[in-house]
Amino acid sequence: MSHVVSPIREHLVTGGKSYSDVTHDICKQVEGEPTKEWKIAFAISCVIFAYGAYCLFYTWWQGIGVWGLNKTVGWAWDITNFVWWVGIGHAGTLISAVLLLFRQKWRTSINRSAEAMTIFAVLCAASFILAHMGRPWLAHWALPLPNAFGSLWVNFNSPLVWDVFAISTYLSVSLLFWYMGLVPDLATIRDRATTKGRKFWYGLFSLGWTGSAKTWARYEYMSLILAGISTPLVLSVHTIVSMDFATSVIPGWHTTIFPPYFVAGAIFSGFAMVQTLLLITRVVFKLEDYITIEHIEMMNIVVTVTGSVVGIAYLTEFFIAWYSGVEYESYAFINRATGPYWWAYWMMMTCNVISPQLFWFKSIRTNLMVSFFLSIVVNVGMWFERFVIIVTSLHRDYLPSSWAMFSPTMYDIGDYIFSFGLFFTLFFLFAKFLPVVNMAEVKSVMKGVSSNFPKKVAKKSKSEE
Amino acid sequence: MENSNKRYWKGIEELTNDPSFVKNIHNEFGNMPSENDSKGDSLVDGTGTHRRDFLKVLGFGVAAVSLAACEAPVKNTIPYLNKPEDVEPTIANWYASTFTDGGEYASVLVKTREGRPIKIEGNKLSPVSKGALSARAQASVLSLYDNEKLKGPQAGGKATDWVQLDKEFVAKLSAIAAKGGQIRIVSNTILSPTTKKVIAEFTAKYPTTQHVVYDANSAYGLSVAHGGIIPSIDFSKAKTIVSLGADFLGTWVAPTEFAGQWAETRRVGSGKDGKKEMSRHYQFETILSNTGANADYRSAYKPSQEGLVAVALYNAVAKLTGAATVAGTSVKIDHLEAAAKDLVKSKGASIVVSGSNDPQVQKIVAATNALVGAYGATINTGVAVNYRQGNDMAMSNFINEVSAGKVSAVIFYNANPVYNHPMGAKLGAALAKVELTLSTNDRADETGSLCQYNAPDSHYLESWNDAEPKTGFYSLVQPTISTIFKTRQAQDSFLTWAGNTTDYATYLERNWESTILKSGSLAWKTALHDGVFGGNATVSSASPAVNTAEAAAAISKAYSNGSDLELAVYEKVGLGTGSQANNPWLQEFPEPVSKACWDNYASISQPTATKLNLKQGDVVKVSANGTEVSLPVLVQPGQANDTVAISIGYGRAKAGKSANGVGVNAYPFITEVNGACVGACTKGVSVTSTGEEKAIAQTQTHNTVMARQAVVQETVLGEFVKNPMSGRFVPEVLTSEGKKKATDLSLWNGHDYNNHAWGMVIDLNTCTGCSACVVSCNAENNIAVVGRQEVINRREMHWMRIDRYYSSDAEVEDLKGLEVASDNPEVVFQPMLCQHCNNAPCETVCPVLATTHSSEGLNQMTYNRCIGTRYCANNCPYKVRRFNWFRYFQTDEYDFNFNNDLGRMVINPDVTVRSRGVMEKCSMCVQRIQEGKLAAKKEKRRPIDGEIEIACAQSCPTNAITFGDMNDPKSAISVLLAEEREGRAYGVIEEINVKPNISYLMKVRNKEAKKHSEA
Repeated sequence: MSHVVSPIREHLVTGGKSYSDVTHDICKQVEGEPTKEWKIAFAISCVIFAYGAYCLFYTWWQGIGVWGLNKTVGWAWDITNFVWWVGIGHAGTLISAVLLLFRQKWRTSINRSAEAMTIFAVLCAASFILAHMGRPWLAHWALPLPNAFGSLWVNFNSPLVWDVFAISTYLSVSLLFWYMGLVPDLATIRDRATTKGRKFWYGLFSLGWTGSAKTWARYEYMSLILAGISTPLVLSVHTIVSMDFATSVIPGWHTTIFPPYFVAGAIFSGFAMVQTLLLITRVVFKLEDYITIEHIEMMNIVVTVTGSVVGIAYLTEFFIAWYSGVEYESYAFINRATGPYWWAYWMMMTCNVISPQLFWFKSIRTNLMVSFFLSIVVNVGMWFERFVIIVTSLHRDYLPSSWAMFSPTMYDIGDYIFSFGLFFTLFFLFAKFLPVVNMAEVKSVMKGVSSNFPKKVAKKSKSEE
Repeated sequence: MENSNKRYWKGIEELTNDPSFVKNIHNEFGNMPSENDSKGDSLVDGTGTHRRDFLKVLGFGVAAVSLAACEAPVKNTIPYLNKPEDVEPTIANWYASTFTDGGEYASVLVKTREGRPIKIEGNKLSPVSKGALSARAQASVLSLYDNEKLKGPQAGGKATDWVQLDKEFVAKLSAIAAKGGQIRIVSNTILSPTTKKVIAEFTAKYPTTQHVVYDANSAYGLSVAHGGIIPSIDFSKAKTIVSLGADFLGTWVAPTEFAGQWAETRRVGSGKDGKKEMSRHYQFETILSNTGANADYRSAYKPSQEGLVAVALYNAVAKLTGAATVAGTSVKIDHLEAAAKDLVKSKGASIVVSGSNDPQVQKIVAATNALVGAYGATINTGVAVNYRQGNDMAMSNFINEVSAGKVSAVIFYNANPVYNHPMGAKLGAALAKVELTLSTNDRADETGSLCQYNAPDSHYLESWNDAEPKTGFYSLVQPTISTIFKTRQAQDSFLTWAGNTTDYATYLERNWESTILKSGSLAWKTALHDGVFGGNATVSSASPAVNTAEAAAAISKAYSNGSDLELAVYEKVGLGTGSQANNPWLQEFPEPVSKACWDNYASISQPTATKLNLKQGDVVKVSANGTEVSLPVLVQPGQANDTVAISIGYGRAKAGKSANGVGVNAYPFITEVNGACVGACTKGVSVTSTGEEKAIAQTQTHNTVMARQAVVQETVLGEFVKNPMSGRFVPEVLTSEGKKKATDLSLWNGHDYNNHAWGMVIDLNTCTGCSACVVSCNAENNIAVVGRQEVINRREMHWMRIDRYYSSDAEVEDLKGLEVASDNPEVVFQPMLCQHCNNAPCETVCPVLATTHSSEGLNQMTYNRCIGTRYCANNCPYKVRRFNWFRYFQTDEYDFNFNNDLGRMVINPDVTVRSRGVMEKCSMCVQRIQEGKLAAKKEKRRPIDGEIEIACAQSCPTNAITFGDMNDPKSAISVLLAEEREGRAYGVIEEINVKPNISYLMKVRNKEAKKHSEA
């Protein structure tokens, strides 16, 4: 892909790296012995995973009565976590697909880990789809599979069925996209391999990559096609997730603003999560030259924009609740802000609407510590957003006789911890065994070898005309 | 050999050179089956088995055997080798019988399946109970399968057999009788005339025997005031009803009977010819009772004022009628003057009832009734009711005698005074002094465990008996199952001990034929079939002679406008006196007003709570009358200030696993006033906080309706007469074509119901909130009991619930204020169950089509298909769906009736027991609808309206629920809806347009119109 880089732009890769430096810097994590930091971090995530797995097992064994749900609040942490993880998963696709189509070259050094994060986040989300079911062993009934019951289909009217399609499509496409991007880098590792095992495994997964011009051309086409397929998914997945709520009759859920609001929220939280992970990775793996302050700043700008969109959505909801004149709708919103769960609402407002506004200051959005802290704050806020939507709408709906409170048990918390364990265990495995930065694509945006190249080409093509 | 003439042949075929023999002569093995044989299906045509077929069969056999080995554990069933004549598998048999428990009475029909009684329903042939059943009568079928009853006779706590017990007991009893030792039979009210005859026989054999009768919740005062009888009361004829603390719709004397009568006076119609008048009901009371919650006007008084209120009412009525007034301390109480005016205005159709057990108060009330012409109209002294025959004086005498060692032998005939008498502890301690003690109680309860002999009586569903609830009204009890344990009817025991060898069944029949039926055996069979007999009421307008001045003087002495904290003891609608406390259905029964279950509690009003610095759930120590108990506080709007109320029926120590340790025993708080047991302590009551907290299991925790007119609609009679739509809230939506009813706009196409369209109408005006339907639904639909903690977790499984809302004083805009109930609120009860929406929100969201719409308008749940996403429950605007959070059957954490083989015998085989992880909800008793349709189909006809009855509607004492086919223009529901469609009928939260198949009829209160603070 040709690209035009303005000569006055900051270099995307700093430190005067050569192509071979890039290969060496990225591959050394894969080829070398695991570092002490990695071992500690991996051990901790394994412990968290094991504890979470116990809690999840107990939940499945006993029934979801071990959670704090009741006859009024039928979803709480389960679906909150599900939506939260799906939302986080959005950044990967956005970065790899949309930014690819928009030729945002700065994405090259972060898209790999963002995509990995997407996949792991979607897996975490999927674990809650299974966990929240009363009879998870029958989960396959939600798929339109042939069966022995005659013409028994799934209910195509149900948003949960749409969810099944949306999430499974999203997972497959993301996985494919991620894996396709990995192939040239896997081949690089294969070619550098010194041990038989490594040669075999990386050879197997690099699908016989030769690096010929033709393969590269196919690679580029493939990326474009997959990006084209993924782009609508960025909008569709969270739109459909939002319809779980929007198509219902429950005040606070029954809202047409949900699709755009959820998509914005998803990108918001996804970027924040990418930010969190990258800030750690760049320090741990010493990738400061690849993931530069400019990357951080760009990400923070996206966070501010999407955070503001989300903030406007919150205010719009309130306005519409009042403007509609619907008693239940207005009560649902007044109750959110002033009812027994007021603290969750104001937590959400502070974290999601107020805190990203700090990024208007350049000093703040280029400050690593503050960026790291705020990226976590944003995801806390986004978790509370889903909690507020789900629990505060359900706990006081139409008939006051059924109004109830929800409070989590240790298994609500434990199953949430499970998803963190799963996520980080997978992420650390990824960080150790796969190149965290797309070497091939990073090389394509480097100025190192011939910083004058773009200018020359420009001149030449002019003179040819 | 070649030339030999002899010729040997192997068979006749060879001899005759049969062509087929010649053909096969070289085929050594004859006609072997071959693979190419065209008759390949030899397995079918029976020509022999081919090798391949053999292998196939072998393979299939091995596979089948090994597959069979993988199946779930084999459960053995016992086939009917000789099928009992009347038992058809899957077909229910119904037997008429009678539920009696102490003085409680209901004529019932018992449904048995394959020999097991599984459901109790009201017998509509009964002129007394008229098909109405209380929650306890409904639940009694589960008490039959109580595993913690005594399994057979015991002597000294060790199992024995009946012969041995009889031998020993009769020997000892005869010895005591011989030396003139005093013998006592202690029982609660006995409704059975034949049992009384048996006891008389026993008494004749042992002449020193005296029969002491007491009631746990006594109405002795009422009986004293009427010269030893309790008169019949008919609320249906009343235009003005004044109740002084009588919870006649909930617990007082015969609540289900009264509720039906009361409801007759509350039924109104919106149509042109619809009834436009109602009784006016005033209630003066301490606690907010179920009856008070249904009253038009209600004010609270303290127990110490009860007598004063009675006197003040008498005086007010006397002033208006010109009769002499009596001296009395003045008492300030709202609505008393108005009540007196109305009583006098509707003279001859007025009634005053009092729940007080003080004979003096009852005398004044009787005098008031005489002034307003109640006798002969609403009260009939010509027909005595027998529900309460207890004599408080005799009982306390008895306990004193036992303490003094004057009694040599006591038989406790199904009575548990150690638990349920205020002097129980004293009796318990003194029993050791009695030479011979025996109890016929069904378990080794508080009293039974102190007796030397236990001769457990059989359950009423295993017994023969009769009952005479009112003079001249009889009914029969017949066994519906043979005895489960080695129990024996107490009547048989008494007959044996009296030396009469007739069995009680025969004895009963003979007694009926000779004294009641006075005709041949056909009449006996008819009576047994119908369950009831007789019932010609004579009306007497005689009123008891009352010396009002004397009574008033006694009242003045005993009552005063006290300012101290006082204690009221009351009975709960669900658990009653606690005799069936080990019944998990009753323990999980949400009390109509407080919505609490699995506990009793100290209920206090909000101002008193504020004064004492207490809040709901604080554990307090309540001490009075020498007794001290610790229990949590429940803040009860409407209760008199400076009072604390505790219910009886709890605090059982030896009733069984469901009851033991639940709540505290409040019987010891009952005090003696004017010779009778009165449930109040007016002096020396202290309530102190212990600093601990204990959650109360309530099925509803938000008390007010938040001014949501679309949920509860109500009006007052004056407005209703002018315009039947007066209190109605009809949501309208502004469209491009002008204003339209919200229900006229829809995205959906609707459903075609070409056959039936089942529906239900619930009249909020006649629903008293008694919740009998809740237990009926539990029994019919195998609803799991989940226990105290799960109710606290808000996970009770009841398909039918009664929402109870208090009014609030706040303005509509004041959302926080609306959450607070008034100090003396108006109350409304709203039964809530699956509304069977035509545009059901649950149906669209289920991913697997586990909940779908039937072609007859039912929203149906397919348990097997459910994967448990709970989306349907979330999307249900009525929150009537119930999720199986755990496996509630055969699980030790839920050690109730579903956790033992015996308890599971009550399961209705027509309804699936739901497994963990699936959603469930009201099915509108689809199994009954189906049964009714099939019965009609077999007879090649349409189901007749009323033929199919669903469990809740069947059990309703006030017929507040009408069920039927809305496609049948002649059905009761269609007629009712036609009348009320432009009147009281509405759907709850109509504007979301889910189009429920259940309609509610607006509540009408007979009050003066006033500015409503609660819109």
